[in-house]
Amino acid sequence: MARSAASSTRVFTRFRAHSVLPGFNLAMGFTLLYLSLIVLVPLSALFFKTANLGWGGFFAVLGNDRVLASLRVTFLTSLAAAVINAFFGLIVAWVLVRYRFPGKRIIDALVDLPFALPTAVAGITLATLYAPHGWIGQYFAAQGIKIAYTPLGIVVALTFIGLPFVVRTVQPVLEDVEAGVEEAAASLGAGRWDVFRRVIFPAIYPALLTGFSLAFARAIGEYGSVIFIAGNMPYISEISPLLIVSKLEQYDYAGATAIAVIMLLISFALLFSINALQWWTSRRGVR
Amino acid sequence: MSITIENINKNFGAYKALDNINLEVNSGELIALLGPSGCGKTSLLRIIGGLELADSGKLLFHGEDVEARNARERNVGFVFQHYALFRHMTVFENVAFGLRVKPRKERHNEAEIQRRVHELLNLVQLDWLSDRYPAQLSGGQRQRIALARALAVEPKILLLDEPFGALDAQVRKELRRWLRRLHDELHITSIFVTHDQEEALEVADRVVVMNKGKIEQVGTPDEVYAKPATPFVYQFIGNVNLFHSREHAAWTERHGDAVAYVRPHDIDISAVKQDETALPVEVKLVRAIGSIVRVEVSAFGSSEFIEIELSRERFDAAPLANGDKAYIRPRQFRVFDTGEKNELSAA
Repeated sequence: MARSAASSTRVFTRFRAHSVLPGFNLAMGFTLLYLSLIVLVPLSALFFKTANLGWGGFFAVLGNDRVLASLRVTFLTSLAAAVINAFFGLIVAWVLVRYRFPGKRIIDALVDLPFALPTAVAGITLATLYAPHGWIGQYFAAQGIKIAYTPLGIVVALTFIGLPFVVRTVQPVLEDVEAGVEEAAASLGAGRWDVFRRVIFPAIYPALLTGFSLAFARAIGEYGSVIFIAGNMPYISEISPLLIVSKLEQYDYAGATAIAVIMLLISFALLFSINALQWWTSRRGVR
Repeated sequence: MSITIENINKNFGAYKALDNINLEVNSGELIALLGPSGCGKTSLLRIIGGLELADSGKLLFHGEDVEARNARERNVGFVFQHYALFRHMTVFENVAFGLRVKPRKERHNEAEIQRRVHELLNLVQLDWLSDRYPAQLSGGQRQRIALARALAVEPKILLLDEPFGALDAQVRKELRRWLRRLHDELHITSIFVTHDQEEALEVADRVVVMNKGKIEQVGTPDEVYAKPATPFVYQFIGNVNLFHSREHAAWTERHGDAVAYVRPHDIDISAVKQDETALPVEVKLVRAIGSIVRVEVSAFGSSEFIEIELSRERFDAAPLANGDKAYIRPRQFRVFDTGEKNELSAA
């Protein structure tokens, strides 16, 4: 007993880099406890519950057409929303950093609203606006494009809730790019496109990727705003979180957690590869 | 390539940054724009470089109006105070940048780019750092890389905005000598901005002294020091004592309101009265600083100090001590009417 305690101390001290900051043991212990309580325990409970199904039951859920369709809808609409946000969020951040105009502070504050607004309110508002007779929806309806109650509506809702992530991650990094660097590039003969592509973009690219993955992850788990605008038609506009909730309502807890586990694994794989991409490009140095 | 600046004006709101500037820079010259911060020297440099536009006036390169050309079309190398290197690129790629963004038909092949960049890195003696990133370099090294980067596009004009402003004293001194040597090798028409008079006098062929958006004097370093054209130049370059003619400067033989400007080393001090106009003073402080001795005196009934610099030899020949009575008489002075004095503070 005493020996194992001693050896574990040695293991700890080996990982412990010399530092002037005190409290490594306490801080590390707290971090592990906190992560366990908040993240690891609930997540492992998810896996334990799912394990009740056995492999056969698990693959039955996974192979269900309706589940597969909902996963496809969830991940594709989330991806689309994250891409849209990466693009337009970059423009919003650019405008907020680079230009001075009346009302700038108000617009800056507006960006955070999707964080604060209850998602159900956002969903209901967007559904009303984009419905075939809504303020915005009617113009699209005239062109034969239906937004609310289709996957397109889901993308609209997910774009709304994901916008702040990109803006708020890119904005400070963009502020950090000094104007002198752009002037230097221009005086060296670089055109506007070259300045952006070779000087500004490489500097903000990691932040943009982070913002993109945050918006993407947030969109995958989004429930409240989507269910009001999606129409929730099975195989077409039904998202996985909704399917989980409906399984819960039918007391099919293991079935619900099985879908959750699948979502979790896919999300983890995606976010992990985004991080790996970021790590790889930052090591390689972007040309 | 020569630069002609005619009647250039620039306002920032109500603030007049440049007030009718006229300047002729000869081909191959190294010019210093010298002045206190806010005098408009950087604005003038940025206008020449195309980073800012003048409100009115003409700018000619080699007789050709370049007003309509933007920064990328002026073929001007610009070096910034805070280096403005591209952080995510290696030193090599920083220097190669100007060559890589050339239009496709003018672009050199990769071997030629490699050759040129290494040649430039050798010129600034930093070829061994080509794989590093700017964050891994010292301030002096970064500024040399910034210079190499600016030279890569073979500019006809080189503009440097307080190039050594962010460096410590020792590195500054070293780099400005190096810049002078480099200029003697390359002969690119160069303008650099500085607020450090020593730097301007040591490096430049000609110095342009600016104050409050106007040019006060243009001349060789020797001219601006020895023959300052205005009270401002007198005060800004080197130390100076001010004598109000009515009270303390009988030797000016002026009886109206005028001020005489005298350099500390142009004053004779003696225990015996040199002549009728000599000013009786009391020695307040004697301090030996290296090769010179600085004596501070004040006229009787005045609290203002007059600074005198003597060579050590001269001081040793007739030593003085605190509290001694003595007489002073300038060997050289310059009188300005008080009307011209309005922009001055006390010396």
